Amino acid sequence: MAPAIDKAARRTQAAFFFVARNSTDRRVVITGLGVVSSLGQTTDAFWKNVLDGKCGIHTISSFDPSAFDCKIAAEVKDFDPSPAFPNPKEIRRTDRFTQFSVFAAHHALLDSGVDLEKVNRDEVGVFLGSGIGGLRTTADQHGILLSKGPGRLSPFMIPMLILNMASGLFAMYQNLRGPNLATCSACATATHALGEAWRTIKMGDASMIFAGGSEAAVIPLGIGGFCAMRALSTRNDDPQHASRPFDRDRDGFVMGEGAGVLVLEELEHARARGARIYAEMTGYGNTADASHITAPSPGGEGAARCMRMALRSAGLNPADISYINAHGTSTPQGDIAETQAIKTVFGEGAKKIAVSSTKGATGHMLGAAGAVEMILCVKAIQCGVVPPTINLENPDPECDLDYVPGAAREMKVSAVVNNSFGFGGHNASVIAVKFNG
Amino acid sequence: MPEKTIEERVREIIVEQLGVTADQVTPEAKFIEDLGADSLDTVELVMALEEEFGNEIPDEQAEKLQSVGDVIKYVEDTQKK
Repeated sequence: MAPAIDKAARRTQAAFFFVARNSTDRRVVITGLGVVSSLGQTTDAFWKNVLDGKCGIHTISSFDPSAFDCKIAAEVKDFDPSPAFPNPKEIRRTDRFTQFSVFAAHHALLDSGVDLEKVNRDEVGVFLGSGIGGLRTTADQHGILLSKGPGRLSPFMIPMLILNMASGLFAMYQNLRGPNLATCSACATATHALGEAWRTIKMGDASMIFAGGSEAAVIPLGIGGFCAMRALSTRNDDPQHASRPFDRDRDGFVMGEGAGVLVLEELEHARARGARIYAEMTGYGNTADASHITAPSPGGEGAARCMRMALRSAGLNPADISYINAHGTSTPQGDIAETQAIKTVFGEGAKKIAVSSTKGATGHMLGAAGAVEMILCVKAIQCGVVPPTINLENPDPECDLDYVPGAAREMKVSAVVNNSFGFGGHNASVIAVKFNG
Repeated sequence: MPEKTIEERVREIIVEQLGVTADQVTPEAKFIEDLGADSLDTVELVMALEEEFGNEIPDEQAEKLQSVGDVIKYVEDTQKK
């Protein structure tokens, strides 16, 4: 029996070697984009509107907001999920956050040009997160519980509200049997999804992953909850100028809704099918503040370690970065902490980097934010133009970086950092670079 | 407009709940085999019928309602009482 054991041990050793070699050699590229937002439901429309300095924030129209301190949001209007769903019954059984996610994933699939009949579906994964999940379903069903009793609760309530259902359903619709999960780290959700997908492909466990996030919390319970935290802007008489990252007159964030999904793909897999490559993803940082439930750690310490971790895994120096898409939510504390973190990491070079927050335009899309902003980063690399920070008229004295105020800027974009930070002290940063073959 | 018959009301609910076309909803059609319902769909369908006709359908009775015709007959019988 001894020789058999030796053989098994040798095999195990060989397998370890194989994985180790794979994890360093495998490269991950971005080959598909899909978005649903207040500023467009196609990547082209969304990109154009953000570059043009448009703002998707208006007085809330989906319910009467008059009783709420905050009466404004970046809502998705005229949304028809049916092209992404197999039939109307499936749509009726899903929460709005899932409809956003599946719709964006469907568009990312079309954009990638992949013929799923020609790939190994056991190696195609789905990582679609949400910060909150099916809050609308929770609220609706709770209303039924109170008014009609427990016997009238829908058998679909739980499958509709659990925030992993978007990942599960998209996999079912497309028969994608590889790694599948949903990240949940508040406003860092989608960036964590991208990072974990990147790592999974590098480790050799998938050749392609649909990664991103979604949010649909612009309902009375969602707006009311964030109002109670005093987190939201109350510039209700001027919605178009309410979200103003890094401006001295900012007074909180504005809720947005929608989804963003990117197709991450192993380079040789993408090459073999002749895919269009938007950019290469090369780094990921993931740290905790371990400080406070909602406030950033002093000086943005956790965020700084996160960006450093991403740079280290990308093998880049701070001076290599040309653009940072900031988390920049337009809250008094957060924008300062992120500015401090960037200065900690990039030192004297910080002021030479273009840093913009696109949340002035999109509002804060919470669990979708990181993916939607990554789409903008990828387009910035592809097109050689970075999106502006709108509504930045009088910079806060403590926010003294180059935030690309007011108008988009043409420039060479070789490497970008995309930051997202979530309640709970979660930090995520990912790095993408121009693909140079 | 004449009032809708029980059969018409039942068929409308089935079309709405199961996302099928009206011509699929024949008296012989079975919910699971012919109309693509799963176990959660049947629970929801029973709830919709209870809402529409204002009576409780006991679980042991609900299990016996396997076809469109079963439901129509059951509702007609209970509504007469």
